[in-house]
Amino acid sequence: MKNSTDISFEPVVGRYLNLPLLGKPQRLYIEEAGSGIPLLCLHTAGADSRQYRALMNDPELLEQFRIIAFDLPWHGKSSPPAGWQNEPYKLTSKDYVSVILAVADALQLDKPLVMGCSIGGRIVLHLALEHPERFRGLIGLQSGAHVDPYYDLEWLHRPDVHGGEVCAGIVSGLVGPQSPVEHRWETLWHYMQGGPGVFKGDLYFYTVDGDMRDRVAQIDTSKCPLWLLTGEYDYSCTPQDTEFLGKSIQGADWQIMKGMGHFPMSEDPQRFLQYLKPVLAKARSM
Amino acid sequence: MVNEKRILEVLPAIVNGNDRLVWRGRHLATVMLLQVGQREYLFDIRQGGIERIRLGSFPMPAWDFALRAEENTWEQFWLAVPPPGFHDLFALVKSRRLRIEGNLYPFMSNLLYFKDLLASIRMGANGSKE
Repeated sequence: MKNSTDISFEPVVGRYLNLPLLGKPQRLYIEEAGSGIPLLCLHTAGADSRQYRALMNDPELLEQFRIIAFDLPWHGKSSPPAGWQNEPYKLTSKDYVSVILAVADALQLDKPLVMGCSIGGRIVLHLALEHPERFRGLIGLQSGAHVDPYYDLEWLHRPDVHGGEVCAGIVSGLVGPQSPVEHRWETLWHYMQGGPGVFKGDLYFYTVDGDMRDRVAQIDTSKCPLWLLTGEYDYSCTPQDTEFLGKSIQGADWQIMKGMGHFPMSEDPQRFLQYLKPVLAKARSM
Repeated sequence: MVNEKRILEVLPAIVNGNDRLVWRGRHLATVMLLQVGQREYLFDIRQGGIERIRLGSFPMPAWDFALRAEENTWEQFWLAVPPPGFHDLFALVKSRRLRIEGNLYPFMSNLLYFKDLLASIRMGANGSKE
């Protein structure tokens, strides 16, 4: 018989939420842990809510926050809408904002904190600009107003290249070189499991539709505080991109995280928590 | 200066001694040109193993794809802890320090393999002490 200390349930609970989204019935996977101030977490392009696994297992956070993460439609355990086989997947800023607001409403979240990474870090800028009254605060991880594509996105979705392997290959260098091996490969595994064309469809928002450069200066942090945390090894959303935001948005609080890459909460959770906890303490006190 | 011996001898010994890496490249049959400053290396890769590496310059090199960067770029890429922007092939591509050209299919369809192959002589990686 196995030693009972080897066997345990995590405090994380997952459920499926059925709701209309973007004009269609959708089945969304949502997981959560803890109680207190709602903290809604948004995963990166082509991945899913497992990226927040460590936060949802941190006892200190769970005493103070209700941490919630959902898989976007087409991602993780969320289904694509019926009829998906007849349409390309393409995320837009308008649709992404709609999904976040609909999920917050469906869960009856009262002024949640929202924390998003990469595409999630971009969309919090849209939320800050368009719906600041709805949120207690916004945290952008790897936030940039814009990114120029630096490779041909067609490689991400073609039948003669394994989509999971090429997507993981593309993002592997975005993990900080000193992040723990176990977490590096867990992070890459999520990319290996993405559906065909989903990462590419998310990057439509990231590289084309979601360009915020000429609008970010209008963000009013007196209506909703904004924190930005970016890893120094991220060459997709670079420290310089975040610095641009920090200098353009009056009152934005920004910091570069030493040694970290593009997936802080997933690639090196313990190091990331050292940066995140002071931010969450400030958010709590507001 | 990049040590030629590390590319010509250490790199194939590490790669060919890594059964899992060789397995991952098991469907490959390709020739890769690696340019380090003025020097060119032709890698013959078969079934995931490096059959041979030839040092040029070659008057009529035949290759499927080429990776070209300045010597200083590779020196930083091969540091035990490379600085940000020098730690990955695509980081080098984004900053235009690395140019990848030719038939990209074998490279892109085995991207993790080639990233690990080239990083294998990173100082301190896989027991490399130089």
